[in-house]
Amino acid sequence: MRRLAQLLAAGEITSTELVRRCLERIKETEPELNAFITVDEEGALVQAAQSDERRARSQALSPWDGIPLAVKDNISTKGLRTTCASRFLRSYRPVYDATVVERVKRAGLIIIGKTNLDEFAMGSSTEYSAFGVTKNPHDPARVAGGSSGGSAAAVAAGQVPWSLGTDTGGSIRQPAAFCGVVGLKPTYGRVSRYGVVALAPSLDQVGPLAATVEDAAILFSLIAGADPRDATSTEARPFALPAWDPQVVQGLKVGVPEEFFSSGLHGEVEAAARSVLRSLEEQGAVLQPISLASNEYAIDTYLTLVTAEASSCLARFDGVRYGERVPAGDVNTMFAKSRGAGFGPEVKRRIMLGTYVLSASHYEAYYEQAQRVRTLIRQEVARAFAEVDVIITPTTPTTAFRIGEKRNPLEMYLSDLYTATANLSGVCALSLPCGSDARGLPIGLQIMGNHFQEELIFQVAHVVEANVERVAGFEL
Amino acid sequence: MNYDIVIGLEIHVALLTESKFLCSCSTAFGAAPNTQCCPVCLGLPGSLPMVNEKAVEYAVKAGLALNCQVHHFSRFDRKNYFYPDLPKAYQITQDTYPLCTDGYLEYYIDDQLHRTAITRLHLEEEAGKLIHSGGSIVDSEYSLVDYNRAGIPLIEIVTAPDITSPRQARLFLEQLRLLMLYIGVSDVKMEEGSLRCDANISLKPQGSAVLGTKVEVKNLNSFRALERALEYEAERQRIVLEQGGKIRQESRTWDERSGRTASMRSKADAPDYRYFPEPDLPPLRLDPAWVERIKASLPERPLERLRRLEKEFGLSRYEATFLVNYPDFGQLFLELAVAGGDNRALINLLMGEYAGLAREFGHLEPERLTELLAIVDEGLITHSQSKAVLEELFRSPLSPRQIVKEKGWEVLRDVEQLREAIQGVLAGHPDLLDRYRAGEERLFGFFVGQVMRAVQGKADPKVVNQLLKEELNRLV
Ligand SMILES: [Zn+2]
Repeated sequence: MRRLAQLLAAGEITSTELVRRCLERIKETEPELNAFITVDEEGALVQAAQSDERRARSQALSPWDGIPLAVKDNISTKGLRTTCASRFLRSYRPVYDATVVERVKRAGLIIIGKTNLDEFAMGSSTEYSAFGVTKNPHDPARVAGGSSGGSAAAVAAGQVPWSLGTDTGGSIRQPAAFCGVVGLKPTYGRVSRYGVVALAPSLDQVGPLAATVEDAAILFSLIAGADPRDATSTEARPFALPAWDPQVVQGLKVGVPEEFFSSGLHGEVEAAARSVLRSLEEQGAVLQPISLASNEYAIDTYLTLVTAEASSCLARFDGVRYGERVPAGDVNTMFAKSRGAGFGPEVKRRIMLGTYVLSASHYEAYYEQAQRVRTLIRQEVARAFAEVDVIITPTTPTTAFRIGEKRNPLEMYLSDLYTATANLSGVCALSLPCGSDARGLPIGLQIMGNHFQEELIFQVAHVVEANVERVAGFEL
Repeated sequence: MNYDIVIGLEIHVALLTESKFLCSCSTAFGAAPNTQCCPVCLGLPGSLPMVNEKAVEYAVKAGLALNCQVHHFSRFDRKNYFYPDLPKAYQITQDTYPLCTDGYLEYYIDDQLHRTAITRLHLEEEAGKLIHSGGSIVDSEYSLVDYNRAGIPLIEIVTAPDITSPRQARLFLEQLRLLMLYIGVSDVKMEEGSLRCDANISLKPQGSAVLGTKVEVKNLNSFRALERALEYEAERQRIVLEQGGKIRQESRTWDERSGRTASMRSKADAPDYRYFPEPDLPPLRLDPAWVERIKASLPERPLERLRRLEKEFGLSRYEATFLVNYPDFGQLFLELAVAGGDNRALINLLMGEYAGLAREFGHLEPERLTELLAIVDEGLITHSQSKAVLEELFRSPLSPRQIVKEKGWEVLRDVEQLREAIQGVLAGHPDLLDRYRAGEERLFGFFVGQVMRAVQGKADPKVVNQLLKEELNRLV
């Protein structure tokens, strides 16, 4: 990204040229990939022309002014349709920009389009999209992961230099791992959720996806910071791009939770992660076995809370104010039928589960119990971070699976096994590529840091990245 | 068998903040439909609530005025239910940890002090307003919705089942209304919906400690409706019980025209609101010093004023109650009255003809009222003339003295002129004079009236009495 910024600053390339390059690349690859739901060719070119004018007047909004970006389609963009990959919002055009969109626009970034996801971000493969599955650029027979599958695939295929995703249980990190890019789930509260169509408000965070650690850090620096419109955004301290320091691993205490290296973990994935750990140790880091035993309950806890919150957040979609009305004899049947027609199967499943766990007779056994376990997980993670600086694990148990392979929803839920803990405890975590398996599929490494320790995990990731071959990204 | 009536009330008061509870839209009443809305109060996907501090302040004020315990920690919850007037399909309210609990309200009924316990008081948001083309949403060709009202802050006040008669319920609500008016947190207009009340009522055998099955009565749009509906409902339940029947736990709606309650839904059909903690808002933590400051700044409450008017201004309970119930009159009285002094003339004036005129035309300036009382006291005009001056004051900008002068209404002090008038009246009614002579003494009053009429009421009736007596004695 620094190179693009330099070229733009030197006038060796224009924003319009950059945008055209992206649009071409999208035209080439999109028929196979399906990373985008909406490509705003016209709007992007208009914005690019404005950026070029700013550059010509030496009034660039930031060093990144004019660089294109893709935005996950559950983040509101004023006037640009925001579908959440649902039939329900097929023609919904927000009247306002999400805070993160406002912020990237303020830095001069150009929104090329809106990327594909599992409907309302419910899923781990982008197969549950009303706009078709997004394919993995490394193997089109395989999924890109999800729910930010479009955002990850678009970066991996070089359609855009970077993108925004959202992460509720792993939705940035898991597709980043599958597609071989870097993705950050920030500390809960560090990035505004205003304008992000909620899946589970107590877990959702917006984060960057990019080909390199530095690019992810740059994009993060543009969107981080408290927002007076989001009462859960807590950190006013801005994030500044750090000076990269390879010495950071000297004496760094790296927690290695054995539970994340046990059954279900693919051998090649384990080997890749262990190899990084060894390399860090050689560079001066101290590996420390830790226990995150309650992670065993993370997925159940996560699912209970996500479905509960989602069932409430999605109740407003009624076929009248949103979506299409299915005519019926009476008003209640009309609402019911419209909802039945508008939502896909996974969304319906989660609404039903969520309604069940919140109902008066089951609330205590499920929702309240899940809150208690969440507290335990949070405490356990806090105890771990009292002893170590970062926790390193594989991002996912396996590399990208085949499209249609996981027919059982429960199996699909397990792809968040290593990632949901960061959401439940609110800490930050990123995924970066750490090699490939025998099929050439990227393997992701997860680095978790304590609350507001993004700088540290970026630093560590930057060290790791130096020894890993880059497998994807934007080329001029 | 005799039965005890047990009533508890659930009251909603719309707070008079300038902006809404969770966004900054205006709360002004009567604007064109859907002109005071934003993404937040429309519940657009991705929008997030922010708590209006003023609403919290007003709710705390109300809680303190109701002698409640104000909790420094309270929490918001989601109450999930689907209805087209509720933009998000859930209401942000406080369920488990309300802002205030354990208060009471004291009020007089027939000179006896009553106390009703307040169980809880919490903050929540108002829904929008539906306008149906037919009678209700199920039998209408179409329904319109106005979201201007959506998101106005409400407090819900729940009483203990302490109320023992429909009349008491009304008097309690009237006192509560007055209290809210005194502390300035609401305009409490039942006709505009800024004060609403639902009632729970049950019957139990006299003296029994066991509560009977309660019925909820809704649609009580006036104080009178509250009393009438409860009277009807108590009688209905009594008849059911006397005939050996059972009361069904249900919600019933009051029909003003038929004067009956009708079943709306039984307990089995009661909605499950699936409450859970609101993930978009952190808990509400109040600074104890801030609460103390609000407490210290609370204005005089109705009962305090009643006691002060009785003690310091020598008013009767009846007079003091009048002034308390009509705070504008109370204010005027307190401006003009002298503590410890004789305020008879003032209170008589305010509660007499002035009251009717002021309600029709608005209040007079306090200085002009003071002057009116002064010129009666000085004897410049008579008490009966003061009424004419008073009426004139509502029509003219002049001072009482100027009016008296202009109209030539000074008291007639010329004894000879009066004697002439008396003689004229007696000479004009020789037959009546004869009857008086014959012992029909009640004609004295008639002669006084005729004399007053002859001098256009300008004489002091005491002087006229005296002179008439002398003249009649002379003639008899
Ligand atoms: Zn609003």
